[in-house]
Amino acid sequence: MENKGLTKVDLIFESIDVRKVMTKAFEMTSDEIIKEILDSGLKGRGGAGFPTGLKWKYTAAEKEPEKYIVCNADEGEPGTFKDREILDRAASKVYAGMAMAGKAMGSKKGFIYLRGEYRFLLPQLFVELHKFHKMIHEIGYDFNIEYRMGSGAYICGEESALFESIEGFRGEPRNKPPYPTVSGLFSKPTSINNVETLVTAVMIIDKGAKEYVKLGTKDSRGSKVFSISGDTPIPGIFELELGMTVQEFVNEFGDGDTKAVQVGGASGFCVPRKRFADTIIGFEGVPTGGSMKLFNSSRSMYNVLHNYLDFFAEESCGQCTPCRVGCQQLLKGVEKVKKGEAKSTYLTELVKLADTMKVASKCGLGQSVGNAFRSIVENFREEIIY
Amino acid sequence: MVTLKINDQEVKVAAGTTVLDAAKKLGVNIPTLCNHPDLCVAGNCRVCVVEQTGARTLIAACAMPVSEGMDIHTNSLKVRNARKHIVELLLSEHRADCTKCYKNQKCELQTLANEYSFGEHIFLDLVEDHPYAIDRSSPAFLKDDSKCIRCQRCVRTCAQLQHVSAIAVSHKGSHMKISSFHDRPMSHVVCTNCGQCVNRCPTGALTEKTYIDQVWDAIYDTDKHVVVQTAPAVRVALGEDLGYDPGERVTGKMVTALRQLGFDSVLDTDFTADLTIMEEGTELLTRLKKVLVENDHSMALPMFTSCSPGWIKFIEHKYPKMLPNLSTCKSPQQMFGALAKTFYAQKRNIDPSKIVSVSIMPCTAKKYEADRPEMRSSGYKDIDFVLTTRELAVMIKQAGIDFRTLEPTHYDSLMGTSTGAGVIFGATGGVMEAALRTAYEIVTGKPVPFNNLNITPVRGMDGVKEATIKIEGTVDEWKFLEGAELKVAIAHGLVNANKVAKAVSKGKVNYHFIEIMACPGGCLGGGGQPIPTSAEIRQKRMEAIYSEDMHMDLRKSHENPEVLAIYKEFLEKPNGHKSHELLHTHYIERESY
Repeated sequence: MENKGLTKVDLIFESIDVRKVMTKAFEMTSDEIIKEILDSGLKGRGGAGFPTGLKWKYTAAEKEPEKYIVCNADEGEPGTFKDREILDRAASKVYAGMAMAGKAMGSKKGFIYLRGEYRFLLPQLFVELHKFHKMIHEIGYDFNIEYRMGSGAYICGEESALFESIEGFRGEPRNKPPYPTVSGLFSKPTSINNVETLVTAVMIIDKGAKEYVKLGTKDSRGSKVFSISGDTPIPGIFELELGMTVQEFVNEFGDGDTKAVQVGGASGFCVPRKRFADTIIGFEGVPTGGSMKLFNSSRSMYNVLHNYLDFFAEESCGQCTPCRVGCQQLLKGVEKVKKGEAKSTYLTELVKLADTMKVASKCGLGQSVGNAFRSIVENFREEIIY
Repeated sequence: MVTLKINDQEVKVAAGTTVLDAAKKLGVNIPTLCNHPDLCVAGNCRVCVVEQTGARTLIAACAMPVSEGMDIHTNSLKVRNARKHIVELLLSEHRADCTKCYKNQKCELQTLANEYSFGEHIFLDLVEDHPYAIDRSSPAFLKDDSKCIRCQRCVRTCAQLQHVSAIAVSHKGSHMKISSFHDRPMSHVVCTNCGQCVNRCPTGALTEKTYIDQVWDAIYDTDKHVVVQTAPAVRVALGEDLGYDPGERVTGKMVTALRQLGFDSVLDTDFTADLTIMEEGTELLTRLKKVLVENDHSMALPMFTSCSPGWIKFIEHKYPKMLPNLSTCKSPQQMFGALAKTFYAQKRNIDPSKIVSVSIMPCTAKKYEADRPEMRSSGYKDIDFVLTTRELAVMIKQAGIDFRTLEPTHYDSLMGTSTGAGVIFGATGGVMEAALRTAYEIVTGKPVPFNNLNITPVRGMDGVKEATIKIEGTVDEWKFLEGAELKVAIAHGLVNANKVAKAVSKGKVNYHFIEIMACPGGCLGGGGQPIPTSAEIRQKRMEAIYSEDMHMDLRKSHENPEVLAIYKEFLEKPNGHKSHELLHTHYIERESY
């Protein structure tokens, strides 16, 4: 097990000369930019962890003259608030990432899909955007960014539902294939990247992939911004190198009584105390889009689970059967077990259902409900039943 | 071509084929629910999940295109477990009161439940968690959300085939449902009552509003004289609900069955279809004369047909400015109703208040049409009850009639005689063809210049058809039309109707006469026809309609002896005073919610 320990990093919020990086990127060829990103091993920072370089490469390979760069700023995973901070403190780097992606893939148009609840950030974001447009124009590059607002649906953070929403339709995930790199927004090849991914790409171009790969592990290169909340004396945003164990994380952020950490929000995994030492935070262990929620022994894991299931039963788009009905069944099922109206063995049926949801749901939402369900039920079975 | 393996059998199919269709080619059946041959792929019910070796998740066979070297298993343990779960999940949100349900034994979910989930249910009942109420507001159909499995076939039908979108998905998660604008009752939205959603609903969530019991009551009431009329498209589809293959003509057996059910007189809507041609043809020629010769623009061109009540409500909602372009003729059903309680009552010497007028229609919108307040020109409700083809089949089964062994008989004589022109009303292009057969002959004194009277350019399943008929050798009265080219268009399915109506409203096309039918294929694909429906089934019904036409002795409306007689004895002349009173109507501007 490759273990890097806990190291604080300052990349995402580091103050850089954006004009200089942009000039550098515009002097590079498309292939050079993509190669740099591929070499860096960067994986999507929204949570799913698809290799960013590949996504860019596939999109670049499409012959369509019109392509789109979409920035997914619909940060909705419970316990995640890092994109808000990034947009607040480093918006110009987000824009730079999009323009750079545009250069790499041959796109001149970008959209930022901003979570509806972050509307309050818009005035300052527009000021920054105006400056940015002016700057890239001066250095002779044509790229335009527009904002589109979300309206509060969690599902619109799913890439294809996000496209539907931008296009003016109900936010429902599409069938894949075709993938966004072939047919995305307005049925054009589209690269959709998380806010943090785009900023990381800028830093990779600035510092070079060789430098970047010194951070992190083989499977999880670089660093990551974490949103830390729950039973911790120091909640907030922290950028940490990838590759630490949950134990090392808890040593730094716990309150001395941590019994579980929910890594990756409602759609992530619950790590119990007995697994802290041998669980790596990263793609080789438990991946996360940034959400880290600590629970101490005063918390009922039944309540935690109930809360998540309630969330999913509400936020499933309702389109596909396993997710729409499955979420309701899991919620109602644990309630019945808790009340003693269903046998405790019913939990086993529910775990099987969660497994079906994982393989049969249409999109990542339904597929990931089972993560939290299984990990909480298996590790805290007695708390669910009694 | 792409080569893949399904259940270890190799199959070669064209690129772009779905796994579902590739499996079909091998005779491997994969169950589906949200999938429908007339609709775009949804991939949302997940019943069709199959295992692809190497894939992280199962894949939806209906939505997944084949790729080279794919290795698919449709019946692995993983697939069976998931499929059983999915069927169980659907059952848990579905009010499964099957023996009370109108769709009992005709329900696709029930069939799947039979195959995958007999015995104890695994999951908890969710129906009780929702405050469901049945929407009975439409006179044509019921909407029962407690039976809805959210497959969205209805939503896709309404949007994709009909361009109406009276229903759409609203809310999310556990609250997700199929709803109307602001949750208004279906009677208060743009719904045209076409029933295409009813035709495609896999469960009992959308069903026609049935009047079977009321009709039985009327039949058993010795005080009442119950007349029944049958629309042209019923006779080529009824067989499908009684064990025949699509495309079987069962006209004579149907007439016998209706008599055995106890109707006092078995009559034919085709008779008033012929009458419609006389009225509508005359109206068209009058409009042409007024607009083109007398330069009198009080009448509008092009003229749209008005036989299809779904289309009428569509134009009332969506293009109210074009209402003057609609023919003022009532539909054949309503002409029949108005005459049944006037002309027929007089001739048979029956008190019209004792007549119960029933019609058998391929249509759900006809139920709505019969309920329109304008449709009472006889002094009574012109049509008392409208039954769909499906409901008639139910009655025949209820009466224990062995349909196959019935001897065919003929319609009764008063208002029961018809021509092939009346029959073809049931297919898209049929009204146009019937009108041209008559109008051309009125104007030129000669039959239409097509082999066997078959005006093939207006036939077929293309969404929008166009034709130009050159008028030559006119008789004196119609000299002004000499050499003129009559431009006609035909559209079926409201999505195509919308294309034509839009082009007309923008002045982009220059037609004189346009036939519109709300349903795909015309009435033969109507919302009251046997389920299932598909392009192949509709094609077969269409072939049967034209075959019925070819088997008729008379094939031109103006040669129908009963039509000639009714003008002589009762109506005087087409578009005359009495006709206007009984056979014509007006339309209402409606809001577009």
